[in-house]
Amino acid sequence: MALSRETLKYVADLSRIELTPQELEKLSLQLQTILGFIDQLSKADIAGIEPTSHILPLSNVLREDTPRESLSIEKTLANAPQKKDNFFVVPKVIE
Amino acid sequence: MELYSLTAHELLEKLGKKEISVEGLCSSVRNRIEDTDSKVKAYVRLAGSPAVVNPKAINNGSLSGIPVSIKDNICTEGYNTECCSRILAGFKPPYDATVIRKLKDAGAIILESKTNMDEFAFGSSTENSCFGPTHNPWNLDCVPGGSSGGSAACVAADEAIIAIGSDTGGSIRQPAAFCGVVGLKPTYGRVSRYGLIAFASSLDQIGTFTKDIEDSCLLMQVISGHDPMDATSADLKIPDYTRSLGQDIRGLKIGIPKEYFIEGMNREVKTIVQEAIAKLKDLGAVIKEVSLPHTQYAVAVYYILGTAEASSNLARFDGVQYGFRAKASKLIEMYFKTRGQGFGQEAKRRILLGTFALSHGYYDAYYLKALKVRTLIKNDFDAVFQDCDCIITPTAPTPAFRIGEKSEEPLQMYLSDIYTISANLAGIPAISLPCGFVKNGLPVGLQILTKPFAEETLFQLGHAYERSTPWHKMKPKL
Repeated sequence: MALSRETLKYVADLSRIELTPQELEKLSLQLQTILGFIDQLSKADIAGIEPTSHILPLSNVLREDTPRESLSIEKTLANAPQKKDNFFVVPKVIE
Repeated sequence: MELYSLTAHELLEKLGKKEISVEGLCSSVRNRIEDTDSKVKAYVRLAGSPAVVNPKAINNGSLSGIPVSIKDNICTEGYNTECCSRILAGFKPPYDATVIRKLKDAGAIILESKTNMDEFAFGSSTENSCFGPTHNPWNLDCVPGGSSGGSAACVAADEAIIAIGSDTGGSIRQPAAFCGVVGLKPTYGRVSRYGLIAFASSLDQIGTFTKDIEDSCLLMQVISGHDPMDATSADLKIPDYTRSLGQDIRGLKIGIPKEYFIEGMNREVKTIVQEAIAKLKDLGAVIKEVSLPHTQYAVAVYYILGTAEASSNLARFDGVQYGFRAKASKLIEMYFKTRGQGFGQEAKRRILLGTFALSHGYYDAYYLKALKVRTLIKNDFDAVFQDCDCIITPTAPTPAFRIGEKSEEPLQMYLSDIYTISANLAGIPAISLPCGFVKNGLPVGLQILTKPFAEETLFQLGHAYERSTPWHKMKPKL
């Protein structure tokens, strides 16, 4: 599977990562090599095999819906790069 | 004998008899760090003397007074936890991970400086850290392995008594092998991951670095168990691990997978591991060749599933709530710049690969196929464990490599995890213990794998081997 620079640019946009032209060039070559290696999976016989997304036989782990203490606003905001009153502050969203 | 060079169980005995004090022990470890960490660089954010988080913790707990070093991806309330990534610069978690709470409850002393790691645990050499690499205590020009390279190196260099790390594809066992210490990845679900900053949620597991098997038992006894805060933690009774110590191994059936002793494996490593197997046979274990026919696919499956899960888990690092934020005038621009500047090269590679594998048009060809091959790999182990108690392999195909040797070749780096990845895909427990040294003085690790939730078999076999060999007593010259 070839990973073109256009596809990589598209994936970088989906990932919200800004790449320099040099990074784009280098990563595209490296990811091509890695995908070339991964292509060996096409040799595996997976006819009739169910996928394993999780190894433990657990599903829908539930607990009682009882109120309990949660993080205080102060603690929640303690790491914020920018905050005001009880809010995280971010650059303008809507023009 | 310096206190820092002892094991936790030896120190607990001395503390119990009041031969030594906790203060004396802490200052011994602190002095050792001051003397050697400028060479090893196992710790990050080490400003002067390493402070301890709860020096007044002394209670009647099973680790009372024992200092423990913690990997930089496990949350310690109020103390920096940055995954050795620029994007988490300055992050002080508002809560303790469950393992940290359990360690504190047991009276352990948590070191404030954390141990170095590949950024977000992405790597096998600890070179992908925003703080620079850790050096292997046995040869400072070599890597300590990774991603928990700092935790492995600090135990090997006697800069720690015991340490905690995490293992998603070998990140405890491979550095333990490279540094000549005991590294355990427990069964998926055995130890709560609450407070472990997630890399790949279906594979991640917290585990231990120790100087011997008995300390692994001690530490596992404290950190294991069900936790309502981690929905994937298993609600099973925890056995008394120390009961597996000193047990006979006669009749224990050990499978040797033929697919693991192949081309590309270092010849000295092969000989040393074969000698270890012969030793276990002498001790009465029954050795038989077995087959894990889908082994060849493990690395490829891992680099699809691991990166897919990582791309999703790392979406939360966007500069809004914590960590680094790049200057920008619009929100979308802030996301792009924060992530572009905040993540290192390997993190970007993995996020991009994972996003690609999950993207429209490629999902079936990559992600879904990898999930199916994962089933085949798990079935291989289930079949072998029908007839064997455990499996033995080398932990890594080579001893530690040189710093810089593989850092520009990601695929070569990925292949250094070839023997450890399958245990994460199958969710089974595995341990690496020292089993000898190659001619140039670097240690070699023996990997033992067993059935889910049967960690005591690893301790039983590991302890029997350890008692009849000198390797775990060897110390690097620093």
